[in-house]
Amino acid sequence: MIDLSNVSKTFTLHNQGSAVIEVLNDVSLTVSSGECVALTGASGAGKSTLMRMIYGNYRAQSGAIRVGGVDLVQSEPREIIQIRREVLGYVSQFLRVVPRVPTLDVVAEPLRAVGVGSDEARTRAKELLAQLNIPERLWSLSPTTFSGGEQQRVNIARGFAHPYPAMLLDEPTASLDAANREVVLSLIEEAKARGAAIIGIFHDEAARTRVCDREIDVSRFTPGMSSSSEAIGQYNESAA
Amino acid sequence: MTPLLSVHDITKRYGAHIGCADVSFDLYPGEVMGIVGESGSGKSTLLNCMAGHLRPDAGSVVFDTRGHGPRDTVTMSEPERRMLSRTDWAFVHQHARDGLRMGVSAGGNVGERLMAVGARHYGEIRSKAVDWLDRVEIDAGRVDDRPTTFSGGMQQRLQIARNLVTGPRLVFMDEPTGGLDVSVQARLLDLLRGLVRDMGLSAIIVTHDLAVVRLLADRLMVMKDGHVVENGLTDQVLDDPQHAYTQLLVSSVLQV
Repeated sequence: MIDLSNVSKTFTLHNQGSAVIEVLNDVSLTVSSGECVALTGASGAGKSTLMRMIYGNYRAQSGAIRVGGVDLVQSEPREIIQIRREVLGYVSQFLRVVPRVPTLDVVAEPLRAVGVGSDEARTRAKELLAQLNIPERLWSLSPTTFSGGEQQRVNIARGFAHPYPAMLLDEPTASLDAANREVVLSLIEEAKARGAAIIGIFHDEAARTRVCDREIDVSRFTPGMSSSSEAIGQYNESAA
Repeated sequence: MTPLLSVHDITKRYGAHIGCADVSFDLYPGEVMGIVGESGSGKSTLLNCMAGHLRPDAGSVVFDTRGHGPRDTVTMSEPERRMLSRTDWAFVHQHARDGLRMGVSAGGNVGERLMAVGARHYGEIRSKAVDWLDRVEIDAGRVDDRPTTFSGGMQQRLQIARNLVTGPRLVFMDEPTGGLDVSVQARLLDLLRGLVRDMGLSAIIVTHDLAVVRLLADRLMVMKDGHVVENGLTDQVLDDPQHAYTQLLVSSVLQV
């Protein structure tokens, strides 16, 4: 379902003396339907960078990244948007939403985007929000003012609304209490059971052991294990 | 799928100075493209060449018309082009007063565009105008007021209503949120985002505001000195900029 062959990534910082930072070199990996694979490696090994590349958010210098048979490295923006809408879900660490949109609509939006009717999409959104213990009185409000943990749960509800055949999960259980962590892990298990191919980053070792079928240590793709790569990723994210 | 708009090697010079040079791209139905760059980068020149306001020195702008399929709008006759800009095209100016008739009532501004495409029944025109004022969040009680009595944000929303009332397929926008308060901007962006999606519009948005393109645009083109230096998926260009100029642009944004 997700298939990477000979993928490499360098960042060239033109305005900082044209420094070239090699982050990942010659990554090849395959994740099949119904399988959950954990990316491991020390901070800065390039786990998040790799995940962002699979989502088409970072550009690969070489190689092929195939999701559902489509090579995202060679695809046009509209093709990547279609893959993201229908095939590939991504639960990032931070919720990024349009101001003024109510939580219920934020969660229902991925379903609306694939043509599910308004009532059906909202019903599913309500189920997920209830399951993740977001109080009903908050559903009509924009999540921008919610606490960090609440935002993360809204993000997860949104990520699991549409049954994507492939999913990327960046620390889905970080900063959740035991009850909500349990809900998220069962959502992941349900997704696996329906055949989703999942790649995740889990610093929570118990969670990793429970839901993941195998681990891939990203640092073996990291040339000289450059410790600055993580910082570059964050720099780009915050600057935008 | 046939592109809605196919731009090929558009070049516009002002004497020895280059406005824009060799710009080519295809825009597909439902796609929203942002064009960013600093002032003088050629983004407005390009927009005006595409929208038929300026005649490019070279190149073609092929639009997939409803009646006759793909046609080059640069070489079509002036009346044909004018008809396009009243029906399938819309143009939202940075300054609402450039796109509105300031001496005519709000309802008249919206109705005028309907009449230009043949609407004659007063009651229908008026009810459609009121419906559109409502969609852009202008109180129906203001339908007979002139835009001179409106705030900047309301004028901009009125301009959008006037443009969209005829159900265009392609909207050109030149700095649509420029000069508005941030709170007004957010409301306008929210409105535009909803309209673009509900109506399945294609749009080309020129702006220098990266937050605007992140919110509205599927894809992004970065211009410098009249040339396109980078283009791609919006979040990819903003989060992993490849060209030196784009890196500078992205890293220059102040964080709130």
